Amino acid sequence: MSSLTLVGVSHHRAPIELRECVALDLDACRALSERLGGEAVVLSTCNRTELYLAREEDAEEEAVAAVTQLAGDRGGDLAAALYRLRDEAAALHLFRVAAGLDSLVPGEGEILGQVRSAFEAGAPGPLLDRLFRQALHTGRRVRIETAIGESPASVPSAAAALAQQVFGELHGRRVLLLGAGKMSEATARNLVSRGAEIAVVANRTLAHGEDLAGKLGARALALDGVAAELEHADVVVSATSASGLVVSQETVAHALRVRKGRPLLLVDLAVPRDLDPAINELEGCFLYDVDDLRAVVEETLSGRRGEAAGAERLVTEEAGRFRDWHAALDIVPTIASLRALVEEIRDSELARAGGRLSERERRHVESVTSQILAKLLHLPTIRMKEAAAAADGVVYADVVRHLFGLGEEERR
Amino acid sequence: MAELLVVPALLAYSEAAFAYAGELRGPGLAGRLATWGVRIGWLAQTALLVGQAASAEGFGFPWGTWAGSLNLFVWLVVGAYLIWGCTPRYRLLGLAVMPVAAALLALAWAGGGTAVEDGERSGAVLAVHVALMLAGFAGLTLAAGMAALYLWQERRLKRHERGVLKVRVPPLDALDRLAARSVLGSLVLLTLGIGVGAASFERGDFDAAMAITLAVWVTYAALLVLRHEGWRGRRAALVNLAGFTLVAVVLPLTHFAS
Repeated sequence: MSSLTLVGVSHHRAPIELRECVALDLDACRALSERLGGEAVVLSTCNRTELYLAREEDAEEEAVAAVTQLAGDRGGDLAAALYRLRDEAAALHLFRVAAGLDSLVPGEGEILGQVRSAFEAGAPGPLLDRLFRQALHTGRRVRIETAIGESPASVPSAAAALAQQVFGELHGRRVLLLGAGKMSEATARNLVSRGAEIAVVANRTLAHGEDLAGKLGARALALDGVAAELEHADVVVSATSASGLVVSQETVAHALRVRKGRPLLLVDLAVPRDLDPAINELEGCFLYDVDDLRAVVEETLSGRRGEAAGAERLVTEEAGRFRDWHAALDIVPTIASLRALVEEIRDSELARAGGRLSERERRHVESVTSQILAKLLHLPTIRMKEAAAAADGVVYADVVRHLFGLGEEERR
Repeated sequence: MAELLVVPALLAYSEAAFAYAGELRGPGLAGRLATWGVRIGWLAQTALLVGQAASAEGFGFPWGTWAGSLNLFVWLVVGAYLIWGCTPRYRLLGLAVMPVAAALLALAWAGGGTAVEDGERSGAVLAVHVALMLAGFAGLTLAAGMAALYLWQERRLKRHERGVLKVRVPPLDALDRLAARSVLGSLVLLTLGIGVGAASFERGDFDAAMAITLAVWVTYAALLVLRHEGWRGRRAALVNLAGFTLVAVVLPLTHFAS
C-alpha cells in the first residue's frame, strides 16, 4: 500500500528570506511534480511550499532533497526549518491548510483556490487524488458550517464591509479613488468584487492615475478636480502620499448640499491623513481612517479565532475519514483476491454441471449461487474493513490469505 | 377555551424578545429561536382573533374597546414584522419590535381585550374605520422600529465602534428606504381610515383624538415631502420617532380619555 509523505516549509518556522528561495509559480509546481515522478503534488503560496508524495517505499529523503535543492546555497538553513509528516498527520495538515486554519489570518479564503490549483497542476494518483479532493471538501465545509470566513480580515476588506453596512448591495454604487498606489488598488478591487463601480481615479500624477483607471474601467482626474466628483460618489477611498489634507470639511459640506441627504462613506488609508477628520461630524458622512479600520479588523479576527475551535473539530473528523479510507487500502487486494477465488470456483462448478441443465435451469442456478456467495462474503468484507480502520487490517488480511490459500498458486 | 390562546402567544412573543437580545452577540441559534417564537406566537394570536370573531353574532367587530384594539394592533404589528423578520439580515429589527409587542399584548390581556365573549358589537362602518386606522398605526410602529435601529447603528458607525461589523444589522440605506415605504403605506391606510370615519362624522363630533390623528397624518406627510428635499437618514429617523410619539403616547391618552 502507498504511504503519504509531506515535506514542507511555512511561515511558522521559516522567515520570508528562506521561503522566497523555494517559492514556485504554478508552472514550476507542475514541472517539479512531473520531475519527481509517481504521485506528487507541490503546493506553493507566499506562506508555504509543500511537497506531497505517495510512494510504496519511504519518500521522505527524496522530498527533502527536492526541496533543499530548490533553495540552492540556503539548503542547509532550509533543512532545519522543514517539517516532515506522514500518512494521517500529513492529511490532517493539508485539511487544516485548506480550511485556512494554518494561515496567518484564520479562515482566509484564498488558500482554498491555491490548494485547488496545486492539485490541478500536480501529478496525483489514487491516493493524492482522494487526499486533495477531501481537502477541498473540508475547506468548503468549514466555510459553510462555521462563520470563520465571514468577517473581514484585512483593511481593504473591512473598508468594503463597511460600505455594505452603509449601502447594502454595492451594485451601481460609485467609488471615487484618491491616489493610485497599491493600497488604493487593493481596496478598489475589494469593492469591485462586491459589485461597486470605480467611477474616478484622481491622482497628483495624472499618468499614474490613468494607468490604474484603465485597469479598473474608470476615468482619470487630477486631484484638484475632486470637489465636483464628491457630489456623485457614494464611497471615497483616499490613499495619496500628500503631506497635508487633500479634502477639507468645507469641500465635503459644499458637496452635501447637492447630494440631498444621500450618505457618503469616506475611507482614509493615508498616513499622514488625506481627509479632514472633522468630516465625520457632518450629517450623513462616515469617515474611517486606517487606525479605525485596523481596530475593526482586530475585533473581527478575534471572532474568527473563536470559530476556529469548531473548524478544528470538522477538520479532525475529515482526517479520521481519510485515515479509515487509507487503512482500508491494506485489505482491498485481499478482498479482491477472495472474491476472484470464489467466483472462479463457482464458474468451474457451473461449467461442470452445465451439460445436465437446461438453459432456464442454468440461469436460475447462476442467480442463486451468485446471491449465496454475495451474502456469504458480505460480513467478512465488512469485518475486514473495520479491522483495517482499527489497524488490525494486515493481520486479518494475512489470516484470510492463509485460510483460503490466496496467492499460493502464484507462489508455486 | 379560545381565550387561553393568549398565553402561548404571550409566552412565544416574550421568548422571541429575549432571544433577539441573544442575537446581539452574533448570528446563530438565538436568532432562529426568536424567529420561531414570533411565528408560533403570531399563529396562536391569529387563532385567538379567529375565536373572538367567530363568537360574534352576525357581522360584528369584537375589538371596539381600547384593550381589544390593542390586541388587534399587536397582531398587525407582528404580522407586518414577519414580512422582514424571517430574513437573517433584518432579524435584529425584532429587538425593537418584539418587547413592545409582548408588553402591549399583556396590557390588552389585563384590560380584557383577549376575552372571547358575545358582547356589544360595533357597526360595519366603524369596524372598517378602526381596522384601517389600526393597520396604519401598525405600519407606523414598524417604521419607528426601523428608525430607532437606524439611529442606533448610525451612532455606532459615527463612533467607529470596533464591533460595528460583528452584529448583523440591516444596512443604513435599506433601513432608511424601508422606513419611508412603511410610512407611505401607513399613510395610505390612515387616509382611507380617516375618509371612512369622516363619512359618519357629525357636527360636534370633533375632539382631541381626531385633532391628534390629523396631526399624525400631517407629520408623516411632511416627512415624505421633506425626504424629497433631502431630509433623509438621521433627520428623517428623528421626525419618524417624533410622529410615533404622537401615535404611541398622545393619541391613546386623548382617545380613551374622551
